[in-house]
Amino acid sequence: MRAALFVTCLVDQLFPRTGRAAEDLLRHLGVTVEFPPGQTCCGQVAFNDGFWSEARPLARRLLGVFDHADAVVAPSASCVAMIREFYPILLRDDPARAAQAREVGRRTYELTEFLVDVLGVVAVGAHFPHRVAYHPACHGLRLLGLREQPLRLLRHVRELDLRPLVGAEECCGFGGMFALKFAELSAAMLETKLRAIEASGAEFVTATDVSCLMHIDGGLRRRRSAVGTIPIAEILAAR
Amino acid sequence: MKTPRGAAPEPGRPIDFVRNARLALGDPFLRAALRATMVRFRDRQAAVIAEVPEWQALRDYACAVKRHTLGRLDQYLEQLEAQVALRGGHVHWARDGAEAAGIIARLARGRRVVKSKSMTSEEIGLNEALASAGCEVTETDLGEYLLQLAGEAPSHLIAPIVHRSKEFIAALLSAAAGRPLPAEPERLTAVARELLRRRFLEAEVGITGANFLVAETGTVVLVENEGNIRLTTTIPRVHIALAGVEKVIPRLADLAVFLTLLPRAATGQRMSSYVSLLTGPRRSGERDGPEEFHLVLVDNGRTAVHGDETMREVLACIRCGACLDVCPVFERVGGHAYGSVYSGPIGAVLTPLLQGLTVAGDLPFASSLCGACGEVCPVKIDLPRLLLELRARVVRSRGAPLGERLFLRAWTWVMGSAVRLTLAGSLVRLARGLVGPRPRWLPAPLSRWIAFRDLPPAAPAAFRRGRRR
Ligand code: SF4
Repeated sequence: MRAALFVTCLVDQLFPRTGRAAEDLLRHLGVTVEFPPGQTCCGQVAFNDGFWSEARPLARRLLGVFDHADAVVAPSASCVAMIREFYPILLRDDPARAAQAREVGRRTYELTEFLVDVLGVVAVGAHFPHRVAYHPACHGLRLLGLREQPLRLLRHVRELDLRPLVGAEECCGFGGMFALKFAELSAAMLETKLRAIEASGAEFVTATDVSCLMHIDGGLRRRRSAVGTIPIAEILAAR
Repeated sequence: MKTPRGAAPEPGRPIDFVRNARLALGDPFLRAALRATMVRFRDRQAAVIAEVPEWQALRDYACAVKRHTLGRLDQYLEQLEAQVALRGGHVHWARDGAEAAGIIARLARGRRVVKSKSMTSEEIGLNEALASAGCEVTETDLGEYLLQLAGEAPSHLIAPIVHRSKEFIAALLSAAAGRPLPAEPERLTAVARELLRRRFLEAEVGITGANFLVAETGTVVLVENEGNIRLTTTIPRVHIALAGVEKVIPRLADLAVFLTLLPRAATGQRMSSYVSLLTGPRRSGERDGPEEFHLVLVDNGRTAVHGDETMREVLACIRCGACLDVCPVFERVGGHAYGSVYSGPIGAVLTPLLQGLTVAGDLPFASSLCGACGEVCPVKIDLPRLLLELRARVVRSRGAPLGERLFLRAWTWVMGSAVRLTLAGSLVRLARGLVGPRPRWLPAPLSRWIAFRDLPPAAPAAFRRGRRR
């Protein structure tokens, strides 16, 4: 099995450990991992904020980069959702590109989705002796239908104590530009999430999206909370 | 006195969602009340929805019925008109809100009016028109009645007065009843009922909305819990129903699916307490019902939405309010922040379409795009997608604030090449190392990040650099 890794701009520049974890994990499971160096950003931030003309060149660019990959795997649910769900809409005026988007979209997976649904693995041999709460990030949950996959993987991590999170399916308030444009509102949503995380008794909160985790982490640090954040790829790669 | 959040929306003035949201967020009572109510609604809805194993299939069916109807709206409206006329009712067509309000004001002129739940009447400013036509109008839904006493606009489709405390309500009713009342919900309800009963008995005209209009039979369908719609449509001599043209459904048989979906999605009830199917005025030999029946069908921007292929599906909305109940933004700010009759996710889509992007261009952005609204909508309106589409229209037509525009242009320019990304990434990581997790200053819009959150720690090198080694 060969897969092209799409590390996403944020993982590449700010959370390289997550990218390395995803790569190690895939290798460990026998996947040949490629990293097309031309990749940059899926354009989600611009698209979500209504800047479609700015997002289009990025979409075309990414499709070109991954056009020949057998499978594209990304440790970021929202970027996968962008490619799979929104590229065909973004590129609808260009039927050839839209078709290419649907084609690439069919072969593009979020990491946990790829592990469970494509590779058919739930026990990845990870060991993470900590109390962990899982926050189902919205795009993964509702656009990709990631409900069971991450949980099944986490349940198979040795010595991991999975803590239930009250209001787990409620948005953390990130939403890309939303977090900047409506900062107070975003912070109010974050606060509910942080309280639930702290009440869960977890040492770490994890998710399939580094962007949501970045926002949650920023809030936890601001509160000087004892709880940390860790992307799910890093838990699954922990030995 | 009217508070800012209770003030009625001013037509034509741009809605400043950011400001409204800030005001609402500064009100601890509002926040606590909304959270409690929304969580209760959500739990109740989830429970009764789980009881219907074929829920998803019903949603599909309802969505299909609505789409079919919207596909031949003209045909069904003509059929509806003919059927209403055949049964002795009168149909009036109104192009816009003013015309609809004018028609009703003419019909009701100078008479005592009881009214029952109708968002459409809020939309067209009916109460003002009736007041200038010398009518004495009483809202008869408990929540709406209280709002009327307070001079406020509703804040939730289903729970219009969710934003007010029982002490506030006790004060309102004490003033209306002319005696001090304790803040006990049951007592207060009883007093309100007593006050309203008198109004019913004196009323000469009853005005309602319509949940559905059945083309096949000319029937107005009304769903309610308080029983006041029954009284509104049977006691007064004249019944006027006001509805948007999108409320029509083809056949009586289609009703079953909507009557299953609506109460569960709206209030988490298995069934509504009362469902009225009203077909024309009282016929000879019938013991109740009005002597005169008028149906006012209002367009008020709907035809334009109907002609808009991308947006048309929004007209399938059955005003259940479920999207409000799951919306994390609505939960924090309440309905008034949306500055219009329709709030929450449906309002964020419908208001810009009905009132224009200049007035309501802020609203489509007032969402984190979490998708909960689209997931819950019983008629499967893809609200998140519609929000995205509207955002693109706003950016195209009205533009975005300069800071945001620069930020996104710079972002997409950087991301346009791997070399630029590498360079910019190094700069960002370097800058992050210099400023620390809590810098005192950052350029907008990043300044709004650090108002509430720390910056992520700086990674020593990009992922792609490690790959090159
Ligand atoms: S958009 Fe859907 S969920 Fe929202 S009020 Fe309308 S029918 Fe209900």
